[in-house]
Amino acid sequence: MELGPYILLASLEGAVTAAVLALTAVGLSLVFGVMRVVNIAHGEFFMLGAVIAWFVAQTVGGHPALGFVAALVIAPLVVGGIAAAADMTILKRLDYDPERTIVATIGLLYIIQQLTLMTYGPEARPVEAPFNQRLALPWFEWGEEGFEFYFPWGLSTTTYKLAVIVAAGVVLVGVWLMMARTRIGLLMRATQADRDMALAFGIPVERVYALVFGIGAALAALAAVLIVPIQQAHYLMGADPLLLSFIVVIIGGLGSLPGTVVAAIFIGLSDGIISVFFSPTLAKILATLLVGLVLVFRPQGLFGTRSS
Amino acid sequence: MSATAKSLTLHLGLLAVLLALQFVLPAYHHGNLARIMVLASYAVGYNILFGYTGLLSLGHALFFAAGMYGMGLTIQHAGFTPAPALIVGILAGAVVAAGLALLALRTTGVAFLIVTLMFAQAGYLTILYFGEYTRGDEGFVIQAFDRMLWGIDLSNPENRYFAAWGLFAVCLLICLRLVRAPFGKTLVAIRENEERVRMLGYNTFAHKLGAMVISGTISAAAGAFYGLLFGYAGASFASVQYSIFPLLWVLLGGAGTVLGPFVGTLFMFYLIDLSSGITTAYLLIVGLALVLLTLFAPQGLTGELRRRVWRWLP
Amino acid sequence: MTLLSTRGLSKHFDGLKAVTDVDFDLNEGEVRALIGPNGAGKTTLVGMICGRIPPSSGRVAFDGADITALPAHKRILRGMAYTFQITSVFARLPAAENVALAARRRLQGEAVEAAVDEALGRVGLLDRRDEEAGNLSYGHQRLLEIAMGLVQRPRLLILDEPTQGLADSEIDAFKALIRELSAEATILLIEHNMSVVMETADRVTVLNFGEVLAEGTPAEIHANDAVQAAYLGTG
Repeated sequence: MELGPYILLASLEGAVTAAVLALTAVGLSLVFGVMRVVNIAHGEFFMLGAVIAWFVAQTVGGHPALGFVAALVIAPLVVGGIAAAADMTILKRLDYDPERTIVATIGLLYIIQQLTLMTYGPEARPVEAPFNQRLALPWFEWGEEGFEFYFPWGLSTTTYKLAVIVAAGVVLVGVWLMMARTRIGLLMRATQADRDMALAFGIPVERVYALVFGIGAALAALAAVLIVPIQQAHYLMGADPLLLSFIVVIIGGLGSLPGTVVAAIFIGLSDGIISVFFSPTLAKILATLLVGLVLVFRPQGLFGTRSS
Repeated sequence: MSATAKSLTLHLGLLAVLLALQFVLPAYHHGNLARIMVLASYAVGYNILFGYTGLLSLGHALFFAAGMYGMGLTIQHAGFTPAPALIVGILAGAVVAAGLALLALRTTGVAFLIVTLMFAQAGYLTILYFGEYTRGDEGFVIQAFDRMLWGIDLSNPENRYFAAWGLFAVCLLICLRLVRAPFGKTLVAIRENEERVRMLGYNTFAHKLGAMVISGTISAAAGAFYGLLFGYAGASFASVQYSIFPLLWVLLGGAGTVLGPFVGTLFMFYLIDLSSGITTAYLLIVGLALVLLTLFAPQGLTGELRRRVWRWLP
Repeated sequence: MTLLSTRGLSKHFDGLKAVTDVDFDLNEGEVRALIGPNGAGKTTLVGMICGRIPPSSGRVAFDGADITALPAHKRILRGMAYTFQITSVFARLPAAENVALAARRRLQGEAVEAAVDEALGRVGLLDRRDEEAGNLSYGHQRLLEIAMGLVQRPRLLILDEPTQGLADSEIDAFKALIRELSAEATILLIEHNMSVVMETADRVTVLNFGEVLAEGTPAEIHANDAVQAAYLGTG
């Protein structure tokens, strides 16, 4: 395939990555923005979403779409519930002290990961997509006879992948609407802006925190359910999303939702395109160094405000 | 007995006991204890930055690996003998620590943690990237004949134990000396209230830099010795796990105490050893330990001992 | 001899003018009180003098040298000592260690312990030297802060609201201490307690809305209408 179509293909694949990454990173960003804690176990919530999706699909059986839709509803709810429980039993007791929370979430990471290993096992298992038509894509060029298009062999995507991108977009809009337009979103933003004032106004801050922590985890789980028909469900699959979400949230600006989305698109797409030219390991090296340097020299990221 | 005399007796006594155990332990525990002493040295290094200065780093594996690979690569590819190789490893750690400190110390708290984590990750990935020389995750074995230090065969268990003991003794005594000196006391004050220390006329940045370099150098020494004594260097020692382990050992044993790192390493080693008999998911134990410690016993074993019984414990 | 002087010292925070164009001179051996309503910019001004807060513009000179570019810890080393408005002792360390940390900048070895005991003795805390600073009463913690300042043998001692929260008897003891100290150090005192100001200060500078409103002896300031208006409000 020539370079042009190849880059288009990489961009499409990157768009799928970006969509899923945006959802996952927004979950992490929400938690940091409202609660001011860094959740190192976030990647494990992602992984749980995928693993639960597999369990649900296995149990429901029949047409893949049934199992998938069931998973789409059940997995985020279950994972969100687990996260809220973890918040109420562990994080609350630590009074959300930043460093102790990080240590506790590292512990949580290992607990979730290893329990999954013990029950689900070390294999990677696939989940079937609800629909998966291959779509050949045209490529446009200026030829001798003017504008012409053709279908390069290998340049294709699937209906499912397109659906993932759309679905992620819909959910993100939903999250934005919730934050901006609903009462619960208002409570969250109030708690984020000034926790003590929120308490003084009678806002049940601790319950808001549990809810936010749950929603953050549920978003990650949802993202995982969307991606699991493309990737497979594996007990170690949380590590990459964790690292990438971190990169996205820090570069986009901790606590800034628009910044997170923009950074996710940027990183998702560039991850795909850079991998065309460089080795993935080198790309990751550059990404981690970039995050480190951004935190040192421009801690508010690209969009965040200096306050955090 | 004065506090100084008491603590010297305790620490030197521990070292004497460890040395004596050389002659009585069965082979399995003998090898374990050698490993534990080297890893405890790593924990001692970590504790200087975390327990005493109050800076939580998630990137110490970078220093440990710098030592290990500085030593290992010079033996493997440059034909160095162990002694100069160890020195290269230790120096590599010092340089890397100084470099990272100059960047990371511009941040505090959570940002500091993430910066150290990111640079350590970059280090791990770099080791994988240059797999041609480092053999990446698979690692490389350092042959026995390359591990003859001044005619002493380090692959021999007795010599190995003695070398591990030597490293641990030096690190422990450095730490003891450091925390009782003005520099160490200033580090503790920085941990408690950095702004106040600054307004007493101290250059707190220079102090933190010094703490990080010392911490990194000791960690690198441990990494270099670990590779040399056990004959293997691998990328897994540069991974996040090896940054989390010293945190765990120090938390369990008692952050901000000289003996805490050893107590924590010993305890955790055998806890994992015992649970490996029951399940392969020993990291589950690690996870539970981290959560329970941070919830209920943030002072750790030695820390609680100091708080309740032996207040003079350094 | 002028020990400390500022010229045109200003601080803006995102449009809020905390301190504007302050010219301030302090003579050696003086006890100067800095007063003004809440929010007048006293702590900000003093913060710029000792280096905690970088100025938006202006210069600071100490002992004849321009220290505007000097970081805080270097200014302290030149002979300033600063006690915090909100008590900032090392709560988990013993009182003696608190003072020792301050003393070690200047002394080594055995001299440290002697200086610590002397400073603690002067403020009346010697019998509490081994107690954890956090367990001391509020008044004692403020005295500990002063001991930490004293042991540095500073040329300029800056006290930020030292009597806040103290009982009357403690305030009387404090006044006596200040009179004693004025023989050995220049003292800059941010205060709200007027009786302390009247009885200890040689001169008073009044700050309002970040600017110098008036300067003079305690009696002059007491009689100044503008000062009265600033504190009590007009109309």
